[in-house]
Amino acid sequence: MGKLKLISEGIIKNNPTFVLILGMCPTLGTTTSAINGMGMGLATLFVLVLSNMSISAIAKLIPEEVRIPSYIVVIAAFVTILQLLLQAFIPSLYETLGIFIPLIVVNCIVLGRAEAYANKNSVIDSAFDGLGVGLGFTIALTILGLVRELLGSGSLFGWKFIQGEGMLAFVLAPGAFIVLAYLIVLFRKVTANKA
Amino acid sequence: MEYIIIIISAVFVNNIVLSQFLGVCPFLGVSKKVSTALGMSAAVAFVMALSTLVTYLLQYYVLLPLGIGFLQTVSFILVIAGLVQMVEIILKKISPALYQALGIFLPLITTNCCVLGVALLVVNNEFTFGGDPHMLNLGQSVVYTVASAIGFGLAITLFSGIREQLDLNNVPKAFRGVPIALIVAGIMAMAFMGFSGIV
Repeated sequence: MGKLKLISEGIIKNNPTFVLILGMCPTLGTTTSAINGMGMGLATLFVLVLSNMSISAIAKLIPEEVRIPSYIVVIAAFVTILQLLLQAFIPSLYETLGIFIPLIVVNCIVLGRAEAYANKNSVIDSAFDGLGVGLGFTIALTILGLVRELLGSGSLFGWKFIQGEGMLAFVLAPGAFIVLAYLIVLFRKVTANKA
Repeated sequence: MEYIIIIISAVFVNNIVLSQFLGVCPFLGVSKKVSTALGMSAAVAFVMALSTLVTYLLQYYVLLPLGIGFLQTVSFILVIAGLVQMVEIILKKISPALYQALGIFLPLITTNCCVLGVALLVVNNEFTFGGDPHMLNLGQSVVYTVASAIGFGLAITLFSGIREQLDLNNVPKAFRGVPIALIVAGIMAMAFMGFSGIV
């Protein structure tokens, strides 16, 4: 039960995108389609789980003053691993996400979880925390990508069912900001009714 | 001529915040007042220019000749974190007044993705102007970086001006805070789209 709660908190109560409003750059920059959003979410999930686990394992060895640079180096190492893996096995995704893959290093969600959770808790709990927050991020990005793809090009996960051009503005920059704004409002409305 | 094209394209056409989505966190986070927005953009411009200069040299004179290009991400972020720390220490010593003004923004800059983002864009050759992808030389890189920082400053200053006005308005409860700010940013991005095609 405890582990499940850790995951569900990451998805709903501490949702990085809709509640904490963290990691906005990849959220807005990569969600031109549902697939891209999901790819970015899963890439971040990968780094988040591994960095959470290793930081929680070595937290006691790191002096207080240099902890932030040390965490960043750990995170950067995992991002490099991810970069090389994607380049080798999913080059198409690597191409579309482009610069946002190395930018996972400076994603505030990853460093935020290391600082707020992983350095005080056990390795297993940190892994589940990373999984929960990563899933919350992935789900949010997939929904955002889904809406933008639907309105912008009339397709879902690349399956086109509305003929014609669609509203291009939703695939371009303005659509990203506006769709995210409405999704946050919707999320607030739904969770407020529950509580 | 080339430099003018780089500047116009980086400030207006490919505005770093509103069309490339780099540095959105500080854009939303420190834009509640015009004065803090100006301070933040000055600090960002300073660190960005320095870090691009150093990472450019690092990439072409250390990483590539040694064949360790895969260490790019790790080494760049270390350089940026180190530079930020150094700038903080030097400012504190030389100009306490400037330190007072920029001080609180400096630690935030390490995790500002536009610094690392621009450093990576410059060396990864993902920069196009006049149609074809271009390899930037050192001078062009620094000009491009400073212009990007000006673009960041322009966007965040305009945005904070609007947000100051927004505070006085009666916004529906669910939209208060971030959502209404995002909608304003969306409309601004739409306005900036009008610049596309001039370069």
